[in-house]
Amino acid sequence: MVATNRIEVKKTYKLFINGAFPRSESGRVFEVLSKKGEFIANPCLASRKDLRDSVTAARAAQHGWAKATAYNRGQILYRIAEMLEGRAEQCAAEISATTAITPLKAQSMVSEAIDRWVWYAGWSDKLSAVTGATNPVAGPYYNFTIPEPLGVVVVTASDSFIDFIDAIAAAVVSGNSVIALVDGGLSVPAMTFAEVLATSDLPAGVINILTGSLDELAPWAASHMDVDGFDISAISKKKRTELKVAGAENLKRIYSADGKLTPSRILAFMEQKTVWHTIGV
Amino acid sequence: MTFEYAPALESRAIVTIKPKYGHFINGAFVSGKKHFPTINPATEEILSHLSLGSASDIDKAVAAAQKAYTKTWSKLSGKERGKYLYRIARILQERAREFAVLETLDNGKPIRETRDIDIPLVAAHFFYHAGWADKLDYAGLGQSPQPYGVAGQIIPWNFPLLMLAWKVAPALATGNTVVLKPAETTSLTALLFAEVCQQAELPDGVVNIVTGDGSTGATLVNHPGVHKIAFTGSTEVGKKIARAIAATDKKATLELGGKGANIVFDDAPVDEAVEGIVNGIFFNQGHVCCAGSRLILQESIAEEIIEKLKVRMAKIRVGDPLDKNTDLGAINSREQLTKIQELAAVGDAEGAQRWSPQCNLSEKGYWFAPTIFTGVTQAHRIAQEEIFGPVLSVITFRTPQEGIDKANNTPFGLSAGIWSEKGSRTLWASQQLRAGVIWANTFNKFDPTSPFGGYKESGWGREGGKHGLAAYLKNGKESGAK
Repeated sequence: MVATNRIEVKKTYKLFINGAFPRSESGRVFEVLSKKGEFIANPCLASRKDLRDSVTAARAAQHGWAKATAYNRGQILYRIAEMLEGRAEQCAAEISATTAITPLKAQSMVSEAIDRWVWYAGWSDKLSAVTGATNPVAGPYYNFTIPEPLGVVVVTASDSFIDFIDAIAAAVVSGNSVIALVDGGLSVPAMTFAEVLATSDLPAGVINILTGSLDELAPWAASHMDVDGFDISAISKKKRTELKVAGAENLKRIYSADGKLTPSRILAFMEQKTVWHTIGV
Repeated sequence: MTFEYAPALESRAIVTIKPKYGHFINGAFVSGKKHFPTINPATEEILSHLSLGSASDIDKAVAAAQKAYTKTWSKLSGKERGKYLYRIARILQERAREFAVLETLDNGKPIRETRDIDIPLVAAHFFYHAGWADKLDYAGLGQSPQPYGVAGQIIPWNFPLLMLAWKVAPALATGNTVVLKPAETTSLTALLFAEVCQQAELPDGVVNIVTGDGSTGATLVNHPGVHKIAFTGSTEVGKKIARAIAATDKKATLELGGKGANIVFDDAPVDEAVEGIVNGIFFNQGHVCCAGSRLILQESIAEEIIEKLKVRMAKIRVGDPLDKNTDLGAINSREQLTKIQELAAVGDAEGAQRWSPQCNLSEKGYWFAPTIFTGVTQAHRIAQEEIFGPVLSVITFRTPQEGIDKANNTPFGLSAGIWSEKGSRTLWASQQLRAGVIWANTFNKFDPTSPFGGYKESGWGREGGKHGLAAYLKNGKESGAK
């Protein structure tokens, strides 16, 4: 029998770095309130050092993730969908608690997010067939072009749970490792989603999630020399210029989505490699 | 008794160079206010005087390109656009020898290369892209992908007309109009290309050419009427462009520097590898962004390869670029020669061992003997920085993984070569190398159907092939997208 006056055991919201759930090294948190002003949680306010630690973890994990077969990566992304299905109710409740979104709408958003994982999962083993090429060069050479993952990609999310999922999934499916920077109230369902990742057979460090302030973290990501790609979809137009200027230092691939669900978003964080091989007896 | 090659000079009579050139704007040649000399780097002879493009010249050229875009070029069907490109390809083939001689005079590269490589590839690029003009719906960019409008294109001096073709052909095929800024030291073939546009009756303003220096290029990049930037050149300038357009919606493709690794495994076909190494670094005086400027040798065969390489290098003929026997021509400019000399001196100072064959270099003109440095380590500047000259840095490795790690250890990622007889090893190495173009048992091969471009700090985007079209088109409607 459960007593009705039972005190609920509330969750401590932490970060998700290298497959673990550490607090911010800075010890900082920020308060997330409901739309009625009630206290919801104290997520971590991630620091530059947390970002740097995430990049180190992401870099270490990337080679193995890219080397995994496309079939294997597809199954792991599908597994994320399976696990998110089990947490759908919790995520939806957190979305509606922290935003003006109605519970019903929040549920359909999470359902859509699950379906997006299924959609992206299917792309893993079709990208090179759809976007690669064999090139008929004028000479005795076998010449082909295939897409390869870029490396370490930072993505951003601030309001929409679906945008948050899209940004991560589009970057990770091809074999990139990802650091998702999440702003404000979205941090609450985002960290529940991190628990989904932790039970999805995803290797540690392939997806890392930092909560806090995009204004604070995005410039550090833009200037980080070991970050190869940066999805600035959640950054306001006004603030994009300084990030692009900083990103030019290592010619980061900087991309912002236009709201369409398209494989172009996956390709934005891939390189095309062309290989020539001699033909002869 | 020794056998010497008698000179076999290509005649320059086929070329007429005017004493002075204007810009090519809206279908006509328009003189600029100021002029600067352009020289033959093999003799330091002044060939002509070129107009120094000012802000108002760029304004006029961009206005002409905008007008041509809205009034004529964007109204034309792909089929008709394609026919203009086919015409250009054919005229280039007809006038190929004239272009080859002029390119050699202006650039300093051997006539053998301009005649057999540069100019044939130029025609091939136009012919290839001509065929795309009415087939863009099949390029994998959705239905009816749309051009950007006016493309601002800035090209380097190492392959002057070929880089023009890489830029202009896809831009026109996809329905953009262009303002092209050739390199300061090598504009003559671009200006001759303007005549080809006239002969092809290309509508006025579709192709505009403004000559000048870096400031002319910067003005073009910053012009609000330009919607798309295509640049080939140094990583340093590429980064400047990336910053310059950060506050705009301009798209950019950047083909930048490289420090290509040529990895030779212990099972490589030795003689072919030596030829490939020579072609990798001494082709075009090493003025090649994708040059194989780092030779990464498996330790067990290093001595044998270096010995054979020196024998082969001693047979490289350095001299008059118009001589059909010449392998290595002139360095393109005094400025570039100084840069090569300085970096080579750094190689000496850092403790690497320099070797060059005996060469009788002319007093006049800019020359640098083919050079290798052995005993180079990863930390040496000649292992990290692009020299852009006939200078090869030799590094050794023991295990295949070490070879790959060393090959990947620069901020660049443009090209790499793999020499091995073992197919599985070659494919493994091609997967591990972080470079956009990989040549297995060959090097420095180019083709219009084959995408070219770099990873990391070697740039953004691809040129050539199906993938190169994406640089000049906004995605069309995707049937599957939600």
